[in-house]
Amino acid sequence: MLKDITIGQYFPGDSLLHRLDARFKIVMTLLYIVMLFMGEAFYSLAFGMVYCIAALLLSRLPVKLFFKSLKPLIPILLFTAVLDVFFITDGTVYLEAGFLKITEEGVLTAVRMVVRIIFLIVGSSLLTYTTSPIQLTDAIERLLAPLKKVHFPVHSFAMMMTIALRFIPTLMEETDKIIAAQKARGASFDTGKLTDKAKALVPVLIPLFVSAFRRAEELATAMECRCYRGDIGRTKMKQMHACMRDWIALGVTLLLLCCAAAAAVLL
Amino acid sequence: MNVQLKADHVWFHYTDEEGNRTSDDVLKDVSLEIEKGSFTAVLGHNGSGKSTLARLMNGILVPGSGTVLVEGMDTRDEDLLYDIRRHVGMVFQNPDNQIVATIVEEDVAFGPENLGIDPAEIRRRVDDALRAVDMYDYRLHAPSQLSGGQKQRVAIAGIIAMRPDCIILDEPTAMLDPRGRREVMKTIRMLNREFGITVVLITHYMDEAVQADRVVVMDDGKIILDNVPQAVFTKPELLQAVGLDVPQAAELLQSLGEAGLPITVSAIDEASCVDAIMNLFA
Amino acid sequence: MAILRTEELTYQYSAGTPFEKTAVDHVNLEIEEGAFVGVIGSTGSGKSTLMQHFNGLLRPTSGTVYLDGTDIWEDKTKIRDVRFQVGLVFQYPEYQLFEETVFRDIAYGPKNMGLTENEVKERVLETAELVGLDEEILAQSPFALSGGQKRRVAIAGVMALRPRILILDEPTAGLDPMGREDILAEIRAYHKKTGGTVLLVSHSMEDVAKCAGKILVMDHGSVFCYEDTAAVFRRVEQLEQLGLSVPQVTKICAELRKRGIPLGNDIYTVQEAVRQLAACYKAKKGGASVC
Repeated sequence: MLKDITIGQYFPGDSLLHRLDARFKIVMTLLYIVMLFMGEAFYSLAFGMVYCIAALLLSRLPVKLFFKSLKPLIPILLFTAVLDVFFITDGTVYLEAGFLKITEEGVLTAVRMVVRIIFLIVGSSLLTYTTSPIQLTDAIERLLAPLKKVHFPVHSFAMMMTIALRFIPTLMEETDKIIAAQKARGASFDTGKLTDKAKALVPVLIPLFVSAFRRAEELATAMECRCYRGDIGRTKMKQMHACMRDWIALGVTLLLLCCAAAAAVLL
Repeated sequence: MNVQLKADHVWFHYTDEEGNRTSDDVLKDVSLEIEKGSFTAVLGHNGSGKSTLARLMNGILVPGSGTVLVEGMDTRDEDLLYDIRRHVGMVFQNPDNQIVATIVEEDVAFGPENLGIDPAEIRRRVDDALRAVDMYDYRLHAPSQLSGGQKQRVAIAGIIAMRPDCIILDEPTAMLDPRGRREVMKTIRMLNREFGITVVLITHYMDEAVQADRVVVMDDGKIILDNVPQAVFTKPELLQAVGLDVPQAAELLQSLGEAGLPITVSAIDEASCVDAIMNLFA
Repeated sequence: MAILRTEELTYQYSAGTPFEKTAVDHVNLEIEEGAFVGVIGSTGSGKSTLMQHFNGLLRPTSGTVYLDGTDIWEDKTKIRDVRFQVGLVFQYPEYQLFEETVFRDIAYGPKNMGLTENEVKERVLETAELVGLDEEILAQSPFALSGGQKRRVAIAGVMALRPRILILDEPTAGLDPMGREDILAEIRAYHKKTGGTVLLVSHSMEDVAKCAGKILVMDHGSVFCYEDTAAVFRRVEQLEQLGLSVPQVTKICAELRKRGIPLGNDIYTVQEAVRQLAACYKAKKGGASVC
């Protein structure tokens, strides 16, 4: 049930995309998002789309996976589209019925928005699908390292993310178990009014919190026993080395970004 | 004798943050010396004080009175805690709650990384530790893909990668199925016999305690028996009185004696029990 | 009369994907009303998965579960009633406690059944007495109790449904010998007083030997055997091959028999071994040739 969620999952592999330095992948993803939202014109959006599709092909992951990750977002996409179509009333009128007015501008904005969201999700999924969580947090820690100067707790932040990622499957499994156990005592989660449904969750959430706190306490003790003292005198088993392909990939990304910017300004 | 851990007239009770007493005495005047390279089992029912004793041994808790020395270092000295924990590793009951990282090998590396060891050396230690617990093939797995016994072995690898002299295991098999228990016990014996690591095993399973060189039985915060397994487990009445199991072999011989047969409790394993009974019929 | 029957019951995880795994494989089984059945099998033998079919938490991929001759999935909307008739206590049930007081936690199931306040109260008090929980504990927070007590409260929470079949999945896991004994005594008392059907899932042959009249042995998703307890313990060697540990006393007696002592081949408790050995000894010293 809960195990079907694919957002944030990692699919091991050894494609070019998998092997790129995680730090570069994060920066490239950020540049890509800028690319998507930069211009109003379709031409500039097209650069982002091409970039994303190329990366998708390079990742050698099944396209089906991405459709799966989009599925839960369909309601949000529809909602956005409907809002845009009905509430933007500038431009050529296509259809007018009573207070409803569908215009060219509205339809175009809706399409643009939906395309953007889809590509945003697919692009960021690509990052998590091809990068192991540990590389991801490691990369974030290193990218944020300059913030240590202003006393931002970069290491603690990264450690928190690692632990969160580590315990997501554990807590999901536990949630499934508690739900099954309460069902065995006659709980029902899918009938009644919304308030009833919310109330029905109490017997699941309380045990889940109790257990999460117990786990947190035990984990903290275990970490102390393994000589954890924050990042004092800490080393890392895996070092990150940027190589030629990382710089080339970043170069290509920057080039496309410039093109997209040019398209946005000139066209 | 080369003493690794030493508890000297230790008393302990829990306190709240203001230092007010919140429990009765959990440990009452406990003195114990653990020899280097030995394999000791601490046996007792829940609430006998055995887990508290384990937690005192590496400074998670400090005694109310008396002292605990690890290689001569007093656990009350907070500046020494880091060094104490380099010497004494600890494995807990729930394997899930001691694995930090999302990948097996990253987790094993966690301890050595904290010690500030050179990356290449960490790599070597991680691979050695995973091979030692027979989990090398799983080094790239996520912990959630492993069985309980496998997770517990990863936790043990995480400790041995720090190269401690001593490992304390606090009921490491309580949450495992029989296969997981066998795997973990095999690993523990190997740590002691092949690597010469001092092992203190806290347990309520008598069949695990039997495998140690020395069994310390606790009840109500006190040590009531401290001897080789053979001597401890041939006292069925005493063990049953404090809520512990005895090997069925010993129980059988004892019951036969009570039924009027001329036999004494001399055996804790199957083969010698069979021999003892055959002698009766000879 | 069989209260529970399965016909070609099969369950596959992730059916239709490359991860497909058959957890329960064409199981045909009949559980008699009022029986105390021990269910054993190593991890992955499908025993827990099978149990979750009996109260409709899992739906068979194919095959049928009959409760009193009726297919439990005949009317999907009535599956909740099935759960009240077949009570299931999960492993480590103390992790499902959530209410402010023990009383209210035990009352959770009966309330879901739609009973009146008085009926609920009656159920809770009755169950508390059955499992030996003091009235003062009922007013306490379940989170303040010791591990063993928490577990008893959680089990009481399912017993309070007054199910016709009570299934317990590893109820003694992680407890010390005394805690184990307490829980088993509680379950035996429940069986004796209510006459209900009990299914006890366990890794421990010793535990099962102490309580169960019949034993179901599962292996790789199939029924390996389903027989009287004594008959199952005659299969010592087969059970060991399945990775199950046989009580030490059974192994000792098997060895003694091999060496010529005329013991029965179905000994699984120390008491029984003592009885037979004492008889043999008396017979031998008395000069008789058989015992």
